[in-house]
Amino acid sequence: MIDYSNFMILQQEAGLMLVFLILLVYDIFGTEASMRWFRLIACGLFGIHTIGGFFSGAAGVAFGGMFISSTMTVFMKNLLNVATLLVLMQAGEWLRTPKLRIREGEFYIITLATLLGMYLMISAGNFMLLYIGIEIASLPVAFLAAYNKYEEHPAEAGAKYILMTALSSGIMMFGLSYLYGAMGTMYFDDLGQQLMIDPMTILGFVFFFAGLAFKISIVPFHLWTADVYEGAPTPVTAYLSVVSKGAACFVLLFTLYHVFGAMEQVWYPMLWGLSVITIMIGNLFALRQKDMKRFFTFSSISQAGYILLGVMPGTAQGMTATVYFILIYLFSNLAVFGVITALENRTQRTDIAAYNGLYKTNPVWAFVMMIAVFSLAGIPPFAGFFSKFFIFASIAERGEYLLVFIALINTVVSLYYYLLIIKAMFIREPDESLREAWSTDQYNKTSLLICGIGILVIGFLSGIYEHIGSLSAGLFT
Amino acid sequence: MNILSSFVIIPFVMLLALFFCKGMKSIRTVMVGGASLLLIMACVVTGLFLTNDHPAGEMLFVADTVWYASLHIHYTVGVDGISVLMILLSAIIVFTGVFSSWHMPREYFMWYCMLAIGVFGFFISLDLFTMFLFYEVALIPMYLLIGVWGTGPKEYSAMKLTLMLMGGSAFLLTGILGIYFTSGQSTMNLPELAGIPIPLMHQYWIFPVTFLGFGVLGALFPFHTWSPDGHASAPTAVSMLHAGVLMKLGGYGCFRVAICLMPEAAQELSWIFLILTGISVVYGAFSAVVQTDLKYINAYSSVSHCGLVLFAILMLNRTAMTGAVLQMLSHGLMTALFFALIGLIYGRTHTRDIREMGGLMRVMPFAAVCYVIAGLASLGLPGLSGFVAEMTIFVGSFRHPDLFHRVWTFVATCSIVITAVYILRTIGKILYGPLVNEHHLSLTDAAWYEKVSAVCLIACIVLLGVWPSAASQMIMNSLQPLIELWKL
Repeated sequence: MIDYSNFMILQQEAGLMLVFLILLVYDIFGTEASMRWFRLIACGLFGIHTIGGFFSGAAGVAFGGMFISSTMTVFMKNLLNVATLLVLMQAGEWLRTPKLRIREGEFYIITLATLLGMYLMISAGNFMLLYIGIEIASLPVAFLAAYNKYEEHPAEAGAKYILMTALSSGIMMFGLSYLYGAMGTMYFDDLGQQLMIDPMTILGFVFFFAGLAFKISIVPFHLWTADVYEGAPTPVTAYLSVVSKGAACFVLLFTLYHVFGAMEQVWYPMLWGLSVITIMIGNLFALRQKDMKRFFTFSSISQAGYILLGVMPGTAQGMTATVYFILIYLFSNLAVFGVITALENRTQRTDIAAYNGLYKTNPVWAFVMMIAVFSLAGIPPFAGFFSKFFIFASIAERGEYLLVFIALINTVVSLYYYLLIIKAMFIREPDESLREAWSTDQYNKTSLLICGIGILVIGFLSGIYEHIGSLSAGLFT
Repeated sequence: MNILSSFVIIPFVMLLALFFCKGMKSIRTVMVGGASLLLIMACVVTGLFLTNDHPAGEMLFVADTVWYASLHIHYTVGVDGISVLMILLSAIIVFTGVFSSWHMPREYFMWYCMLAIGVFGFFISLDLFTMFLFYEVALIPMYLLIGVWGTGPKEYSAMKLTLMLMGGSAFLLTGILGIYFTSGQSTMNLPELAGIPIPLMHQYWIFPVTFLGFGVLGALFPFHTWSPDGHASAPTAVSMLHAGVLMKLGGYGCFRVAICLMPEAAQELSWIFLILTGISVVYGAFSAVVQTDLKYINAYSSVSHCGLVLFAILMLNRTAMTGAVLQMLSHGLMTALFFALIGLIYGRTHTRDIREMGGLMRVMPFAAVCYVIAGLASLGLPGLSGFVAEMTIFVGSFRHPDLFHRVWTFVATCSIVITAVYILRTIGKILYGPLVNEHHLSLTDAAWYEKVSAVCLIACIVLLGVWPSAASQMIMNSLQPLIELWKL
């Protein structure tokens, strides 16, 4: 007999499925005239789903430990919801360009499908479900990257992404097969309790980690990132760099703490080295980029390095700092991409030179970009300062002062290239062709407003950090 | 509401008000009104502090609000004699700076207000985290202030300054985290931390790291190179505020964090930094001698004088440390006056090269006389602030029983002579020499707003010079607990 109460725990998944199905049916049967409303309905329904998520109290274990939901997973899903909602709002204008107009609905539907995969990744209590989740979350993204398939770059990005995804999934599966061979189970709980440290499980872990590292784009698994991020349409890049990466980081947190906790002596030094090279390589490659999207690719790689710093300590404090960091990163990075999309829709340009003198022509967008960039660089009073501080505090608690210092010196390097953008916007004179003021649609404006408020306010509201702290403390008792 | 928080709130309100300002008139109203209010508040706080009968070394006007409870981060404000004087200094310079940047646009003043928030917030903070936060808030506006409204190689200077100071803050944050975790993770409150001994093993690395972190801002050799370029490229009021107040953040931080929290390591390791600061003092003065750009002369002179602040702090005795704080005040006032006058001269002659100027005393007598006063204060003429400060420092330093300290004091004292060389040479060349450029004859003297700024600063310099006892009494009282700890 199936215990139907299990389905109550899947509230958020059910809600998302509902939104997904309504949109799918609407897209299939909607007339051309009614498609005008599609965007409003899509954002509206998903917005309701997002708000509903904050009132969802589904906590518990379903299907014999296959699916785990806790207040923390609910919160993480809410974060992803907010980020996805912002991306959907930013994408609308680009989707209404004449060429893409007829396929507008597909974007929303497929994005939501990948989001469902991420839900399953976060809530997985078994490696099989985790794997299925990762596949659901990755394959459709290749479609999104190649959305504009008649152009060269998106097509290339899509092909690259699908090849790398297939490869990384294969590697992960290989690692999982070792773990299963050694331990005879795929359940997180069983593995966590019985895990022995022997060469076979270590090998299994390393391959599993490598697979996940592709998704987070940790150096040396980052090589696909720059081309895909650059080639993909800007809203998709935003989605990849925030939602996709965030979900993979959450999975890393759960698996490292929950399953491989006994193996800390293996992954701790590994993460130590990886975080250092990720931050450094990301920063050094960002220094000489001329294209904004490539630029923020490398910036997001180095941010992934900071996330690893938060994952490393293996404490409730570290988990809190990581989730908080991703929350702030979400608002900062999406604000950046919102401005990039808006400018790209007007001028078809994404190079830094297009931002010269932006403050003189469009002070508001320059201001949004500025606070976002400062937040990414970790400058007070913007939220990024607080999130970086908590990450450093969590790692310093383990006595890793050298690591803190290396990371801090790297923030100075990163400040250099972030300041290049500030320099272009505030100090340089605008090109002749870019002198007129431009604007963007209401949806994108709203999303930028939300991001801006998030960046300016969250740092001062200690309640949010304390709330995440109480959630992660619940997992550690 | 706590009286000290108003020092952060007033500039913030000014910042918001500037958003709604349209013409120059309303901008000036907001800025002059706000800056005067700050100055009045600073005087009120000083008055309240002096009339308040309190035990030596106790913090006054303390307010404490829990912020991030899990990391023991509080928003804690409070002042002792040293911070009151620093607040007063900042208020004076912010006030005069407004008059020295009379024609600047709205955005400039918005960043200026942010700078003020950072500076005041730093001096009132008693919590390591908020202190660091305000410290960084003060650094970032510099990039845009210099980069957008500066002169010369402004992009280069702005980037160099920002990156070097942020590099310093990387050291600093490592040190702050070290202090928090090695002292038992129970508090970030400075007076409380002073009572918790940090294990000696950790003091040996935290002390150099924090001292270096703050030292970069205090122009510690060899990390002073941002200062000449930055000051030379910055617009007038920014140079004033930066040399006058921001560099004092370095000295104040070295004292409040590095020395007060790690007194044992300070005694053991101070010799390393003493050597570096000694080099700053002498090398800065020598560099000033060979410069031909007025701002570079003054910037190197700042390196020398600020080096003297750190030098005196590291002597670790009461007289020298009192002298250090007096020197901060004195240097802040006179360097601000210098930069205000250089800005005035540059705005008229469009050159800062001393070879292209001469005989300005006939053309702009008011500005020239002020410049002479600033110069005399800088080379330590009795009756002006520089004399009091340097005298106290050298007397205090020479009292140190150790031979090494005495020799270094002797070396540092040489800087007085070198200072006289470059100050007198500059004054002789640009003010008294023959007129170099005929066009300079048509130049006008200082406008009323420039006069306000100069007169205010001169009044303060003279006041500190003839009546230093009030200030030095406040400083000595605040130093009392530390002195007792070392049993000096």
